[in-house]
Amino acid sequence: MTKTPSSQMNRRAVLALTAGAAGVMAAPWVARAQAKAVKVGMPTILSGRVAQLGTSSRNAAQMEVEKANAAGGLAGRAIELVVRDTKGQPQEAARVARELVNSDGCEILIDAEASTGAFAVHEVARDLGVLCIHSNSETSSLTADPKLKLPNAFRCARQGIHDSVAGGTYAAEIVNAKGLTRWATCSPDYAYGRDTTAEFVMYLKRFAPKVEVVAESWPKIFQPDYTESITKLLQAKPQALYSCLWGGDLTSFIDQAGIYALFAQMQFFAVNMADYTALTTVKNLPPGIHSGNRYIKTFPATPQNAAWGDAYRAKYGEYPTNWAWQNALAVNFLAGAAKKANSADGKKLAEVLRGLTIESPFGADGKVTMRADDQTLVDYAVGWGTTIAKEPYVPEMKSVAWQRIFELEAEWKKDKGFV
Amino acid sequence: MDLNALTDCLSSSSCLVTQATSGFIIGMLLFLVAVGLTLIFGVMKIVNFSHGAFYMIGAYLAMTVFQATQSYALALLGAAVGTCLIGIVIERFFMQRIYGGNVLMQLLVCYALVLILDDLVRIVWGPEFRAMGMPPAFQVPPLFIMGGVVPPFYLFLIAAALLMAGVLGLAIAKTRIGKTIRAAAHNPAMVSVLGINTGLLFTALFALGCLLAGLAGGLAAPVRSLTPGMGFSILIESFIVTVIGGMGSIMGALVGAILIGLIRAFGALGFPLFTEALMYLCMALVLIVKPTGLFGREAA
Repeated sequence: MTKTPSSQMNRRAVLALTAGAAGVMAAPWVARAQAKAVKVGMPTILSGRVAQLGTSSRNAAQMEVEKANAAGGLAGRAIELVVRDTKGQPQEAARVARELVNSDGCEILIDAEASTGAFAVHEVARDLGVLCIHSNSETSSLTADPKLKLPNAFRCARQGIHDSVAGGTYAAEIVNAKGLTRWATCSPDYAYGRDTTAEFVMYLKRFAPKVEVVAESWPKIFQPDYTESITKLLQAKPQALYSCLWGGDLTSFIDQAGIYALFAQMQFFAVNMADYTALTTVKNLPPGIHSGNRYIKTFPATPQNAAWGDAYRAKYGEYPTNWAWQNALAVNFLAGAAKKANSADGKKLAEVLRGLTIESPFGADGKVTMRADDQTLVDYAVGWGTTIAKEPYVPEMKSVAWQRIFELEAEWKKDKGFV
Repeated sequence: MDLNALTDCLSSSSCLVTQATSGFIIGMLLFLVAVGLTLIFGVMKIVNFSHGAFYMIGAYLAMTVFQATQSYALALLGAAVGTCLIGIVIERFFMQRIYGGNVLMQLLVCYALVLILDDLVRIVWGPEFRAMGMPPAFQVPPLFIMGGVVPPFYLFLIAAALLMAGVLGLAIAKTRIGKTIRAAAHNPAMVSVLGINTGLLFTALFALGCLLAGLAGGLAAPVRSLTPGMGFSILIESFIVTVIGGMGSIMGALVGAILIGLIRAFGALGFPLFTEALMYLCMALVLIVKPTGLFGREAA
C-alpha cells in the first residue's frame, strides 16, 4: 500500500499531540508556564554616578530570571522583569515603584535602590501591600527597627551592622598590632553613611578601647569634589581613616586623596572598596587598602561562586558587583519560595520566605537564610581583607563566625531599643 | 559647629596654606564655568542652564583624547576645542532661535539641551562612571609649602585658570572685540545699527563660554569621576558665583568663585554641617546689600 501525503500528515499530527500530552502529564509546570507571566518590578538606578551598580542589578536579576523560567518560573508562571530608572532620587523611586504596581501590573517588587530610595519604596510597599524584597539597601534600621517592619517587606542584601562587626573585629586586630589609636571617618551624609560609620566605630572601640575619633567628614552623596574633606582629614593627622563611600564617590575620593598622598600618611579602611566596579575604575589604586568583601569571585573561595562570577562575565563582558549578587539572590529566593509554596501569590510567598534557607554560591557555608524574625538575609559571606592592585584584588579575606555576629547584633538591637 | 578647629587652623600656617589652596582649587574650576555663564548672560541675556553639560562634554573629551594619546596637553586642547565646536553647532541650531524670546522658552530649550547632551554622552561613553586617572607628569608627591600640603596638579590647575582669567580680562578690557562685547552687553541694538554682525558676535561669545567650560571639564577630569549628568552639580554653584559676583562681570566671577571656594574650605572645618548653607547665606547677604552682585552694574 502506498503512503499518501495526507496520511503522513495525520500521523505526524498524532505524534505531535501525543508528545505534547505526554509532556504535559509528565511535567505539569510546562503547561502552567504558559499562564500569565508574573511581572516583577525593579526600580533601580540606571543613570548617574552609580548607574553601573543599577545596571549590574538588572543584569544579575535577568540572568537568574532566565534560569528560573527555564526551570518552570514561579509555580509554573514565567517571570517577567520590568526595570525602571529612578535616577537615584528617593521621590522618583517612590513614584516609579507605585507606577510599576499600579500601571505596569507588577505583583512583586525587587527594590534595587540604594538606601536613599529604599525607605521611600518601603512606604510604597506598606501602602500597596505588595511583596517587596529590598535588594541593595544596607542600612540596618530598615529591617532591624520594628517600627518599620512590614509582613510583606524583606531585605536580601548585606547589612551595615554585620559588616561592622566583621570590620570592627578586623580593624581592632590591626589597631592592637600597630598602635593605630587616632582615627578619622569620611562617609556619605545620609542614613547608610551615618548608621554604618557609627556601627563600625562602636565595634572598633569595643574591641580596641584606646581608639579615639579625632575628625569626621560627611560629604554629600554624589558630591563631585572632596578637597575640603581631604584637607580637613590631613589637618587632623589621624593614623587611620574609615570610609563607607561607595561607587563613583569612592573612586573620586581615592583619586583626589591620592594626589595629597593621604594614603601614605594613614591606613585606609574602606568597606566598599573590594568590589570590581571600584577596583577596576581607580587608575592609580594605592596598595594596602583594607576593605570588606562586596563581590569578588574568590570569596567565598568555592567553585560555585567562581562559576557564577565567570558566567556573569561571559554574559555581560564585565565582572558582577556587590549589587549584582544581591539581586541574583533575590530572584533565587523568589524561585525557592514559589517552589515551596507552589504558588506565585505574594502573600503565600511572604509566608514561606520567613525563615527560608536556600543553597547559594554567596553563602558563608554554601547556604543563606531569610531570617524569620526581622525578615532579613543572614549567613552570607562576610569578610575583610587587604587589597592589591591586580586580580584577585583581595588575596586573603578574614571572616567572622556568624554565631559571633548574631550575638553582637542582638546586643546592638537591645541597646537601640529594637527588641 | 566646631569653632575650635577653625580658630586652630587660622593660627596655623600649615593649615592656612592647605585650606586656602583647597579653596582656590574649588574656586578656579567654578570660575571657568561661571565666567562663561556670566558672559553669555551679560551679552545675550540668556540664563544658560545647559552650560554645565559643556563642562561634562569637556571632561569626557579630555578622557578620550588622553586615552588615545597619553598626552594631557592634547587632552586639554581637545576638551577645549571640541567643546567649543559643539557649542558653535548648538548655538547656530538652537540658541539663536531663543535670543530675545520669553524666559520660559529659554529655560525649556536649555533644559531640553541638558537632557539631550546627557543622553548623547550616555550613548557614546556609556552610563557607568568613568575615571581618567592622573597624568604621569603629576603622579608626584605633594609639595609642602610653609607646612601646608599642596599637590602639584592643583598648582597647575590654579595657574591655568588664573592665566585664562588674565587673558580674558585683558582681551575684554583692551581689544577691539572686547570693546564690542562690552558695548553689546550694554546695548546690542545700537551695536547692530553700527554695522557689527551681532549674530556672529553672539556665536563667538557662546563658543568662548563653551571653550572655557570644556577646559574646566578637562582640568577636572583627572580627579573627578565622569558620569552623564555630572555638569548639574557644578552648574548650581556656578550660578551662586555669578549672582555673588554680578551677572556679566568677569572680575565678579573670579572673586565670587574664590569666595565660594574659601567658604567651602574653611567652612568644612568650622561649620561642617552648615557649609552648603553658608554659600547660600553669602549669596543672600550680597543680594540684600548689593542686589546687582559685588561687581554687577545697574541696567541702563
